[in-house]
Amino acid sequence: MTSPADQGHVAAAGDVATLDPDEARAPAGRAVPWRRIAVITALIVVAVVLAYVRSGSGVVVVQAVATGVLIGGVYGLIAMGLTLIFGVLDIVNFAHGSFLALALFLTFGLAQAGLHPYLALAVSVPAMFLLGVLVQRGILAGAMGKPLENQLLITLGISLIIENALLLFFGANPRSVPLPGDRGVPIFEAVANLSRILAFVGALLLAGLLYLLLQRTRLGTAIRAVAANDTGAQLVGIDTRVIYAVTFALGTACAGAAGTLVAPLVTIEPTTGALFNIVAFVVVVLGGMGNVVGALVGGLVIGLAEQLGGIYLPGQSPLLSVFIVFVLVLFLRPQGLFGRSA
Amino acid sequence: MTLLRVDGISKSFQGLRAVDEVSFEVAEGSILGVIGPNGAGKTTIFNLIAGALRPDSGRVHLAGREITGHTPHQVTAAGMTRTFQLMRPFYSMTVLENVTIAVLAGGGAKRTARTAAAELIDRVGLGRWRDAPTEGLPTAALKRLELARAVASKPRVLLLDEVLAGLVPAERAPVMELLEQLRTDDGVTLVFVEHIMAAVMRLSDSVLVLDLGRVLTTGAPEEVTRDPRVIEAYLGEDPHAHA
Amino acid sequence: MTATSAPPAPETAAGRPLPRLPWNRHLIAIAVLAVLLVPLPLILPPAQASVAVRVLIFALMSIGWNMMSGFGGMFSFGHAAYFGIGAYASAWLLVEHRVSPWIGILAGMVVAAAFAALIGFLALRYKLRGAYFALATFAFAEMLRLWATNSDFVNRAVGYHVPLRPEASWWWLQFEPSSPNYFWVALALTVVALVVSVLYLRSRAGQFTKAARDDEDAAAAVGIPVMRYKLLTMALSAAITAVAGAFYVQYFLFIDPDLAFGSSVSIQAILPAVIGGVATVWGPVIGAVVMGPLNDVTATMLRNPPAGLEFLQGRSGLDVIVYGTLLIIIVLVLPKGIYGTIRQRWFRR
Repeated sequence: MTSPADQGHVAAAGDVATLDPDEARAPAGRAVPWRRIAVITALIVVAVVLAYVRSGSGVVVVQAVATGVLIGGVYGLIAMGLTLIFGVLDIVNFAHGSFLALALFLTFGLAQAGLHPYLALAVSVPAMFLLGVLVQRGILAGAMGKPLENQLLITLGISLIIENALLLFFGANPRSVPLPGDRGVPIFEAVANLSRILAFVGALLLAGLLYLLLQRTRLGTAIRAVAANDTGAQLVGIDTRVIYAVTFALGTACAGAAGTLVAPLVTIEPTTGALFNIVAFVVVVLGGMGNVVGALVGGLVIGLAEQLGGIYLPGQSPLLSVFIVFVLVLFLRPQGLFGRSA
Repeated sequence: MTLLRVDGISKSFQGLRAVDEVSFEVAEGSILGVIGPNGAGKTTIFNLIAGALRPDSGRVHLAGREITGHTPHQVTAAGMTRTFQLMRPFYSMTVLENVTIAVLAGGGAKRTARTAAAELIDRVGLGRWRDAPTEGLPTAALKRLELARAVASKPRVLLLDEVLAGLVPAERAPVMELLEQLRTDDGVTLVFVEHIMAAVMRLSDSVLVLDLGRVLTTGAPEEVTRDPRVIEAYLGEDPHAHA
Repeated sequence: MTATSAPPAPETAAGRPLPRLPWNRHLIAIAVLAVLLVPLPLILPPAQASVAVRVLIFALMSIGWNMMSGFGGMFSFGHAAYFGIGAYASAWLLVEHRVSPWIGILAGMVVAAAFAALIGFLALRYKLRGAYFALATFAFAEMLRLWATNSDFVNRAVGYHVPLRPEASWWWLQFEPSSPNYFWVALALTVVALVVSVLYLRSRAGQFTKAARDDEDAAAAVGIPVMRYKLLTMALSAAITAVAGAFYVQYFLFIDPDLAFGSSVSIQAILPAVIGGVATVWGPVIGAVVMGPLNDVTATMLRNPPAGLEFLQGRSGLDVIVYGTLLIIIVLVLPKGIYGTIRQRWFRR
C-alpha cells in the first residue's frame, strides 16, 4: 500500500533525508547515490545520441545541450526555492513563478533607471525575501496545517493577484533588459550568449550558497530539523513560526534572484513567471519533492529535456517534452529521481 | 468445515520478514483469537488475507475458493470483511449514512437499506448516536460503528482488529456479547486480534499465538496460555496483565 | 421520488423515524429556480443578459469540477482539458464537418469522459494523490494546450471561428446575439447538470463515491470497488464541464488553444465552487453568481477609472485581481464557502 501520499509522508518524516541525502544514509557515511547518478547519466547520453541520430547534425545537438544545461542551472535555482518551501512548509506554492515575474519587472525598472542588471540582485533578492516574509506571516500562516487544497488555492490566489497587478500596471507589452556588453561566446561548435552563461554561473553560485546555508549554519540546521519533524523541532526550542517565515522567504528570494539573472534572456511579460513556475514544478517532482540537491540536478535534466525535445518533436513547443518527462516521472517514479525509494 | 484456510503466507518489508510462513485454518462458525506481543505481525496478517497487502508467497482460501492477491473489495465481496484497528469512519457522514453505505455495498436494496442500517445500529447499541455526525464521536461509539459497518456487508468471516482496545471494562461486555451473538444467531465466523486476554479466553474456540511473524503455537485458550513458550514470548509482558 | 424519501418516513424497529433525505428538497429548489429564471432575459437589458449567460457557463464548468474534486475528493487542477475538449470537439465537427452543435456537445461529452477516465485510470493505477494528482491533471491540460497550439489537425494557435449563419436556427444553435434563446439553452443545460448531479449523489454510485473520498481503504473494506466509482465520477465530471466548453464556443463563436485549455480556464472551473462551497450542490451556482458580474463591474471601472488612476484606462487584469483576493479571503475566512457556511450555520450540518 505504498502510494505517493505515503511516500510523501515518508519523505516528510525523513526530510532530513531529502534536504540532506548525506545524513539520511548515515551509516554509510557520505553515501552518494552513485547507481542512480549512473543511470541518469546513461539516460542522458542515450537521449543525446538519439538526438544526434534524429537531427543528423552535431552542431544542433551541441547547441541544444549547451543551451539546455545553461538554462537548466537557472531552473535548478528556481526549483530549489520551490522544493525548500514544499519540504519545510508542505505547501505547493503556485505563486513561486509570480515572485519571479515581480523580480523581472523590478530588474527592468532598475535597469531603466540606469542600474546594471546584475546589480539589481542587491535589490531584488532582499525585496523578494521581505515580500516572502510578509506573504507567509500575513496570509499563509493562517492556513498552516489546513488541507493541502487550501494552501494550494491561497498561493494560486496570490499568483493571480501578482500576475494581474503587473498586467494592470505595466500592460501586456513585452519588455526586455539588454545586458551591456552581451555577446555570443563560442562553446565547441555552438554559441551561447554571455548573459546565458553568466545566468548559469550565478545560479550555481547562489544554489551553492543556499546549500551551504542549509548544511553549515545554525539556521540551516533548524530549517532541516523543522522539515524532518516540526513538533520535535518545537520541543527542542526552535520557533517554528520564524523558521516557516524564513524558509518561505528564502524560497521566494531564490525566485527573485533567478528573476534578475534571467531578465536579459527572456521577454518580460506578466505571464513569463507562470512559464517558469510550470517548469519548476516539473523539476521539483523530478528531483523529489523537498529534495534541494535533487532540484538542482532535476533542473539540468529538464533544461536538457526541453532542448532535446525540440529535436525529437520538431514543430512542437519545447514545453511539451517537459510535460511528457513530467508525466512519466509522476507515474513511474513519483518520489522523484532522488527521493527516498519506497 | 474449514471456511478460511491460510497456507504458509509470508511478507517481507525491506528484507525484514514481518510474516513468515504462517498457516492456520478456521472452521465455519468458530471463533479464532489471534494474540502475540507487539510487532508479532498480527495486523500484517490481516492486511495480507484481506487484500490490503499482497503476500510474497503462500495462499489464502475462503470457502474453498482461492482469494490470494484479491483486492480488498473483492475479498469483501467473496464474504470476508475486516475492521481497522484505528477507527476509520466515513468522516463526512452520520452514523446512519456510514452503515447504510455498507448495506448498499453488501448488495442491499436501496429502498430498505436505511431501515436495515438503522436496525443494525440499534443492535450494536449505537441507537442514541444514529443521526450524529461521526466527527466527534467517542471511541467506544466509533468502535461499534466499525463493527456495525463490517457486519452490514454481510460477511461469512469477520476479521476484527482490536475491537475492544480503548474501551473501558464496562463497555467491553456488551461488545463481547454482540460478538457471541453474531456467531450463534448469524453464523458468522470470527477471527479477532486482541490484547485483552479476558476477552480472548472467553470468546475463542481456539487461539493462534504469533511471535516475530511466525506461528508460535495454536490450541485451546487454556492450553495456550499455559504454554511456556507463550509465556517466554510475552516475557516481561505477562499475557494476563491486560485482563 | 422513491419510497425512502416519501413523507411517512419508514421507521425502525425502535419506532424512531429516519431523518429526511435532502435530495427531493434539492430537486424542488432546482425546479423552482429554473421557472423563476426563465423570464430573466426578457427583463434584463442585453448587456446584463450576456452576464447572465456567462454566470451559467461558469456554473456549468464548476458543477462539473465539483463533482470530481468536491464530492469525489480528487482535486483537479486541469479541468481546462475537459472544457477544451468540449469546445474543440463541437467546433471541429461544426467547422470541418458541418455537424450540428447539439451532436458536437454530445461528442465533446463522450471524448472528455473518455479522456478523463484514461487520465483517472493512470493516476489511480499509479496511486497519485494530493499535490501529485493535482499536478498530473494540470500537466495533461497543458499538454493538450501545447498540442492544439502546434497541431494542424485543429488549426494550430488560430483555433476556430464558428461561421455565421444568415438566419437564426435551433438546429445550428445560432440566434441573434441578443436573443434570449442563448440564456434559455444555457439555463436548460445548467438545470440538467444540477439534476444529474443530485440524482448521482442520491444513487448508489454517488454514495459509494463519497465513501471512497472519505476513506478509500474503509470503502474497499465494505466491498466498494473504489477504482470503478472514482473513474465513473471523473467521467461524469468531465462530461459536464465539456458541455460548458461546447456551449461557450457556440455562444462566443470563437475558440483558440488558450481560451480552451489555458490554466486560467481550470481556475475558472475551480473558483465558483470554492467561493460558493466545495462539495455542495449549490456551491458552484452561488459562486458563479458572485463571480460572473464581477468581471463586468471591473471592466466598467477600467473604462472610466477614478481620479488619480487614469493611467489604468484600457488596461485589464483587475477582474482577476478581485477573483484572487476573493479566493484568498474565502479560503482563510470561509473555508466551506458561502453556501457551505450558511448551510452549516442554519442546518447545523
